Amino acid sequence: MPETYKPIKLSRGKKVAFLMGNEACSVAALHAGCRFYAGYPITPSSEVAAVMALKLPQYGGAFMQMEDEISSIAAVIGAAMTGVKAMTATSGPGFSLKQENIGYACLCEVPCVIVNVQRGGPSTGLPTQASQSDVMQAKWGTHGDHPIVALAPSTVAEIYEYTIQAFNISEMYRTPVILLLDEVLSHLRERLEIPPLDDTEKRLVNRKTPTVKPKDFKPYDTAFGDVPPMAAFGSGYRFHTTGLIHDEAGFPTERSDEIVPLLERINRKIKSDDPKLTFWREFYTDDMTSLVISYGASARVTKRAVELARKQGKKIGMLHLITLWPSPERLLARLVRKVKKVFVVEMNMGQYILEVQRFAGDSVKVKPVNRIDGRLFEPADVLKEIVK
Amino acid sequence: METEKKLRLIPNPVHMYLRPHKKFPHIWCPGCSDGITAGSMIRAIDKLKISRDELVMVSGIGCASRLPVYFDFCSLHTTHGRPIAFASGVKMANPKLKVVVVTGDGDATAIGGNHFIHACRRNLDLTVILFNNNVYGMTGGQYSPTTPKRAYAATAPYGNYEPSFNIPKLAIAAGATFVARGTASNARQLESLIAQALQHKGLALVEVLSICPSVFSFYNKCGNGAQMLTQLKDTTITVEKANELRAKGETVEKWEIGILHKEENIDEFSAYYAEHAGKDRTPFSMHMSTLDL
Repeated sequence: MPETYKPIKLSRGKKVAFLMGNEACSVAALHAGCRFYAGYPITPSSEVAAVMALKLPQYGGAFMQMEDEISSIAAVIGAAMTGVKAMTATSGPGFSLKQENIGYACLCEVPCVIVNVQRGGPSTGLPTQASQSDVMQAKWGTHGDHPIVALAPSTVAEIYEYTIQAFNISEMYRTPVILLLDEVLSHLRERLEIPPLDDTEKRLVNRKTPTVKPKDFKPYDTAFGDVPPMAAFGSGYRFHTTGLIHDEAGFPTERSDEIVPLLERINRKIKSDDPKLTFWREFYTDDMTSLVISYGASARVTKRAVELARKQGKKIGMLHLITLWPSPERLLARLVRKVKKVFVVEMNMGQYILEVQRFAGDSVKVKPVNRIDGRLFEPADVLKEIVK
Repeated sequence: METEKKLRLIPNPVHMYLRPHKKFPHIWCPGCSDGITAGSMIRAIDKLKISRDELVMVSGIGCASRLPVYFDFCSLHTTHGRPIAFASGVKMANPKLKVVVVTGDGDATAIGGNHFIHACRRNLDLTVILFNNNVYGMTGGQYSPTTPKRAYAATAPYGNYEPSFNIPKLAIAAGATFVARGTASNARQLESLIAQALQHKGLALVEVLSICPSVFSFYNKCGNGAQMLTQLKDTTITVEKANELRAKGETVEKWEIGILHKEENIDEFSAYYAEHAGKDRTPFSMHMSTLDL
């Protein structure tokens, strides 16, 4: 960030706070180095913007409330082009509106973080109630073949942790990262232990910047691997950025020998099961005869249901996914093929179950456990289904 | 012969800003006025000696929006209608950059109309050069928000039934602090207007009355580029001359060109934000404002 905005002196030690999910998300973004936020008011993500408006200037960053959802993501991408870490937050209807520019960030390889606090849909849906029905939209919402990373935390502490990871991944791979929260988590207050800022800053990742002379610089130079170094506007490197299919120098092209390598590279750089972006937990998977898969707020309830089932002597294991996209293919295949029956617990009509089914042969039954009325599951609801 | 030799020796500043490789031939049709406007823009930038490294050109989608690819600045060719929104992020994240938006009538006043008026209201320091050719050229001649009523278009085969925008009036009403109108038929005046817009602190709009000898002329039989430029010249009048005529009690029925509106002493948004945000105290004792986080 240039010196235009002056940060105040912040205390840097370990802290303990009692925070709402949305508040933890904003604080984590600030600690991850986010210095630009643009957003448009939408329930249930409002607190993310409110905290950013309050705190960003203190960190030497800039907050903008834009005129709509589309301009919010546009401003975030614009800011990211100047070398700044940037974020926006929204919910279902706003996430729909942002899709075109998310595709722009995918193709132009602009690091940024998009928080989607999911609420019931379709359309205006259930603005104040929870849902996990944007899981497929996170992957397929924008047009064209593109890679995406989506993380789904399940506690306030995880929101803090994976917001930082979201920024790290976005910088590491020059990609937009979607943080999928939901209304329950976002408004849930929990105790949060915040590590000293020095410790957090040590593990932050910043995008690679070019080392070549400006005249030799190409913004998509594959000589540096699948993730090319990224120059900031105003840093002495002059280059073109376009949402058209472009060559390594960043200029529009219609040549087959330039189109194909670009599309293959941007899709190749985000790899399934890449340990740097794949996060999950397994419980009781050693001796399991059936497996329950869940993520986000549903995973908390599922964990309790699995523990209750274990007390009844049922050999049920659990896979708690945090990285939903790219789907961890080897992990899913390994666990799903161990059992005869798999349950996928999610607050939608069955979305991630489609991914799980890709890895289940004919011998594995994959059953949905769904809730779509805007309320979180009760452990008993899940238990009843998985011990049937 | 002598004159020709002399002319060749005069360095054309525009050439020094061109990106040499693979960009030419450019996409503009024969007779298009976008090249004239591009020349005026570059000469204005050159005259003001703005560092190439500190100028960012942001554009949307359309014929005019292809301009930044040809010139050696940092350039951001964005999505349809959104260049002002992208540019707002660039400017707020690094207020030291000079941010120029290149857009068209469809890009800025139809799909991007909301961003346009809100940028005017915010008075963020952006220079918006709006190429108004009264038509969607790239997609094949559909009517735009500035197509005159009764003019023909691919989607107005019986003549356009919709009234059109007066873009400077729209910008002034929305709060823009520098509003000018130039034409591609008066490249020298346009250069001076763009130079003044670039020097203005706040949102500066220059509407450039342009021509489309390809599709607009195809539907409306306006002739070739040279003929259309002559018509443009005949239908415009400088603000100064228009004022003289009005003083004499005459009515002015031509497009007025020149500076139409200018306000100094209105806070520029990024500077105001830098001055106040984080220093002003909030009277609200919210949970988060009391926490040392």
